[in-house]
Amino acid sequence: MANRPLSPHLSIWKWGPHMAVSILHRIAGDGMAFLALPLFLWWVGALASGPEAYGTFTSVMGSIPGIVVLVGISWAFFNHMSSGIRHFVLDIGAGYEIETNKRWSYGSIASGIILTAVFWAAIVLI
Amino acid sequence: MGQKTSLERYGNKGTALGHVRGLGSAHGGTHHWLLQRFTAVGNLLLVGFLVISLALLPNYSYATVRSWMEQPVPAAALALICVNTFWHARLGLQVLIEDYLDQPGSKLAALVALNVAVFGGAAFGIVSIARIAFGAA
Repeated sequence: MANRPLSPHLSIWKWGPHMAVSILHRIAGDGMAFLALPLFLWWVGALASGPEAYGTFTSVMGSIPGIVVLVGISWAFFNHMSSGIRHFVLDIGAGYEIETNKRWSYGSIASGIILTAVFWAAIVLI
Repeated sequence: MGQKTSLERYGNKGTALGHVRGLGSAHGGTHHWLLQRFTAVGNLLLVGFLVISLALLPNYSYATVRSWMEQPVPAAALALICVNTFWHARLGLQVLIEDYLDQPGSKLAALVALNVAVFGGAAFGIVSIARIAFGAA
């Protein structure tokens, strides 16, 4: 290993909301890559295979553990989307002042949770 | 006066930029960075469409979901999702591998496996959606 600081170098930084958002962004994104994309393939593959295969999919994903996984995936998506939009703002050079940065960090975490709740409310109610 | 030239400051190692270029864990990355943003914009639109469509479906029975997916716009969006999300995931996991795998051999092996997985996954998804869209099953 090179004898110099390498990212993400978790051990020496004081925790702040920006750091939590960054870590959540990676966990949610990589979590979706490992869990949501295979499930997406199972979903379209089952739909392409016929009613029996789709029935297996819905009975597994409609069970309590399945729904917990789906809620987790939907949170991962909305969280990653919210902190991703924050990244776009940072990419144009805005939002680096400490107070602004803190506010939008907390905002993106809150946005991920609120959008997840709205999504499931829509699924249950519509 | 007093300003040193790059040659005086860094000797024969070139400019300040040349001194540090390529030292990151990935040894490069502007193109990767841009592609990650381009695919992120695509994901925002495409997965946003999928999420809203799923929320608006009256139920998730085989017949309901199939008849939604058979339509040209949802089928095209889902096929694009297969390209765009897997591409974006490939870029993101590549960074994860570069950050956490230090040995060049295991890093290369992980990147090879990643490429096989994402191309295979995207192809499987597109073929499945095409079968549904063209009414093959």
